[in-house]
Amino acid sequence: MYQLSGVTKRYRRGKDTVDALAGVDLTIEDGGRLVIQGPTGGGKSTLLQMLGGLDRPTSGSVELDGVDLASLSEARLTKVRSENIGFVFQSFNLIPTLTAQENVETALVPLGVKAAERRTRAAEALESVGLGERFGHLPGEMSGGQQQRVAIARALVKRPKVLLADEPTGNLDESMRDEIMTLLEGLWEEHGLTFVMVTHDSALARRAPRLATIEKGKVKITERAA
Amino acid sequence: MFFTYLRRELRRRRKAALVVASGLALGIALVIVVTSVSSGMERAQDKVLESLYGLGTDMTVTKARQASSGSDQNSRPRFEFDARDSDDDKEQSTDRVMVQGFQTLSAATVTKIGKQSGVADAVGGLNLQVLKVSGQFKRGEFKQNQNSGGSNRQGGPGGGGGGEPQGQVDGGGAQFDVNSFSVYGVDVAHLGLGPLTSSKISKGKTFTSAQSDAKVAVVDSSYAKEKKLAVGDDITISGTKFEIIGVATADSGSAAANVYIPLKRAQTLSDSKDKVTTVYVKAADSQRIDSVKSAIQKNVSDTTVTTSADLAKTVSGSLSTASDLASNVGKWLSIAVLAAAFLVAGLLTSSAVSRRVREFGTLKALGWKSGRVTRQVVGEALVNGLLGGALGIGLGLAGAYAVTAISPSLTAELGSSGGGMGMGGGPGGGGPGGGMGGGMGGGLRQATAKTLDVALTAPVSTATIALAVGLAVAGGLVAGGFGGWRASRLRPADALRRVE
Ligand SMILES: Nc1ncnc2c1ncn2[C@@H]1O[C@H](COP(=O)(O)OP(=O)(O)O)[C@@H](O)[C@H]1O
Ligand SMILES: [Mg+2]
Repeated sequence: MYQLSGVTKRYRRGKDTVDALAGVDLTIEDGGRLVIQGPTGGGKSTLLQMLGGLDRPTSGSVELDGVDLASLSEARLTKVRSENIGFVFQSFNLIPTLTAQENVETALVPLGVKAAERRTRAAEALESVGLGERFGHLPGEMSGGQQQRVAIARALVKRPKVLLADEPTGNLDESMRDEIMTLLEGLWEEHGLTFVMVTHDSALARRAPRLATIEKGKVKITERAA
Repeated sequence: MFFTYLRRELRRRRKAALVVASGLALGIALVIVVTSVSSGMERAQDKVLESLYGLGTDMTVTKARQASSGSDQNSRPRFEFDARDSDDDKEQSTDRVMVQGFQTLSAATVTKIGKQSGVADAVGGLNLQVLKVSGQFKRGEFKQNQNSGGSNRQGGPGGGGGGEPQGQVDGGGAQFDVNSFSVYGVDVAHLGLGPLTSSKISKGKTFTSAQSDAKVAVVDSSYAKEKKLAVGDDITISGTKFEIIGVATADSGSAAANVYIPLKRAQTLSDSKDKVTTVYVKAADSQRIDSVKSAIQKNVSDTTVTTSADLAKTVSGSLSTASDLASNVGKWLSIAVLAAAFLVAGLLTSSAVSRRVREFGTLKALGWKSGRVTRQVVGEALVNGLLGGALGIGLGLAGAYAVTAISPSLTAELGSSGGGMGMGGGPGGGGPGGGMGGGMGGGLRQATAKTLDVALTAPVSTATIALAVGLAVAGGLVAGGFGGWRASRLRPADALRRVE
C-alpha cells in the first residue's frame, strides 16, 4: 500500500524553480489500480518517479508498506526497486544490443538469480506476453508493439508488487494501443498487482475506476463506482 | 550477464570500439617501434664500439699525445727503387711498414697496467700500416742524335737528357700501384681480449699460443675477398712471407685490421721491439670502469685511457643523428601520441556513456547497483584497450620488422677528434689505386677517424611487449575511468530522460 503525504518536488533550472509536485497526498491500496491523466508538464512522470523510488521528493513522505522511500539510503532504495517495482516506459527503454530474452533477464540480475533460471523465467515471461518465438530478436528487429511487450515481460518477470507505466502506448500506433492495454489489464488482474498508469487515452481514463488528474503539481482524485 | 552484455556491446558497436581501439593501437605501435628502433640504435652503437675494441674490452690505453716533435724522419715514408734496364721489365715492390699513430708504449707498460687494481686483464697490440708500392720502373733510353757523337749515357728515370751529347730520352718512367693495408699484431698468448675477438674465424683457424713468432697470418674476410686470398696462400709483408692460416669475418662487417699477425712478428717488421700501440683492458667490475680509468691514468704516466663511454661520445654521423632522433623526438612523439590516444579514448568512452544515458538509467531503475553499471562500462573500455593493445602490438611488430627487413644503413664516424686512440685508418682508408697523396692522408696521418656502415635493426624485446600490454591496460583504464565516472553519476530517473 502506498501512502503519500505532502509530497513536493522542486526542480531547479538555472535561476528558475519548477514545482513539479506541489503537496501531493495520495493513498493506493494493494492491488488497486490508478490511472493518471493531465496536461503535459503537469507532473505525471514526476509522481511516477516518486512512486517507483527513481527519485526522492524535495519534501514529504512516500511510504510503501510502511517504509518511507524518501528517507531510504540509495542502496536500500535500489533493493526496493529491484524487488518490488516493475516499470514500463513510453519509449520501451530496451537495451538495443541485447536480445529480447536477455533484456528480460536484466531485471533478474540484481536479484542474484542464476543464469539458467534467469533464462527459463525470461522465456516464460515472454511467452506470457505472446512473444514465444522472438527470444533471440534484437529490439531493432521488432515492431514498437513487440518491443513494449518485451518491456512488459521485463517489468513482470521478477513478480513485483507494483507495476508503474508511464504512457505505455504513447509511442504506439492505434492498433497496437488496444493490444497493449488489454495485455496490461489482463496481467494486472492475473497477478493482483498494484498498477499505476499514466495515459493520454481519455476513453481509457473514463473507464478507470479511480482517476487522478494532475495539473501544476496538484492532484485531484475522481472515484467511480464500479 | 556481465560477459554477455560486454560481448554484445562490443560486437554490435564494433565501429565505436574500433575507433577507440585504433587510437590506442596507434599510440602503442609507435611506442613499440620507437623503443625497438632505439634499442636497435644502441645495438648498432655497441657493434661499432665492439668492432674497434673487440668483445669484453672496457677501455684502451694509448700513449699520451705529445706536441708534434721528433720522429720526423719516421713519419715520412721513403721508397727506393732501382731503375732497371730497358729490357728488364721485372716488377719491383717495396713495402713501408709504419706504426700507426707513431706512438708506442713499452711492453712493460702492459704488465704494469695489468697489475692495477680493478683490472681483470690487459693485453697489448700493435697497429701497423703497410704501404706497398709495386710496379715497373724502366730506365729511359737515350737516343743520340746522328750528327753528334758520344757515348751512351743513362738518363735518370723519367729525367731528360742533359748536357753535351744532344739527344733525347725515350720510354723512361714508371708504372706502379700504391697499396695500403693495415696489420694488427696479436698477442697470441691472450687471444681472449682485443680487436680480433669481434671477428669470427670463418675459414681455417686462429693463432695458437705456440705461434708467438710464427710466420702465420689471419686475414679479414673482406680483404681476403678483395685480394683473392685464401687459407694456405702466402702474403708477403716487407719481404717476409706469411702463411694464411685463417680468415676472420668481422661481426659488424667492418674489421679492425686487414691482416692479423703474431705480435712479435709485427714488432720485428716495424722495428719496434717490445712495443705496442694500444693496450686493451678488461675491468674486473663493469660498474667500476671510471675508477679503473683514473687509477691507470694516475699510476701509469704518459698514457691516455679511453673507455667505451668516451668513445661513444665521439660517435657522429647518421647513426648518432638517428639515435638522438629516436631517443628525443621519438620518445616525445610517442608520449604525445599516447597521451592524445588516452585522452581521445577517454572522451569517446565518456561520450558513448552520454549517448547511453537512458540505457544505464533504465538499468538503475531496474535495480542494478551503480557499481554494476560502472563495472560494465569499465569492462567495455578495458576490452577496447586490450583490443587496441593487440592491434597496436601487431602494428608495432609489423613496423619493427619492416625496419629490420629494410635495415637502413647508418654511418658512424668515430673519434674524429682524435684522442690519440691509435685506431685510425681502418680498411678503405686509402684504398688500392688511390694516389700517393690519398693513401698518405687517409691512412698515415695521425687521424683517428673511422667510418662504419651499420645496418639498423629494430629488435622487439619481451619487455617492450610487456610495456605495450601495460599501456593497453592503462589506456583501457583511463577510458574506463572517464566513462565509469560518468556512468556512476547517472540517476535511475535518467531512464525517463529525453535524449536524441
Ligand atoms: N529533471 C528535471 N529537471 C528540471 N525540470 C524538470 C525535470 N523533470 C521534470 N521537470 C519539470 O517538471 C515539470 C513536470 O514534468 P513531468 O513530471 O515530466 O510532466 P508530465 O510527465 O506530466 O509531462 C515540468 O515543468 C518539467 O519541465
Ligand atoms: Mg511525462
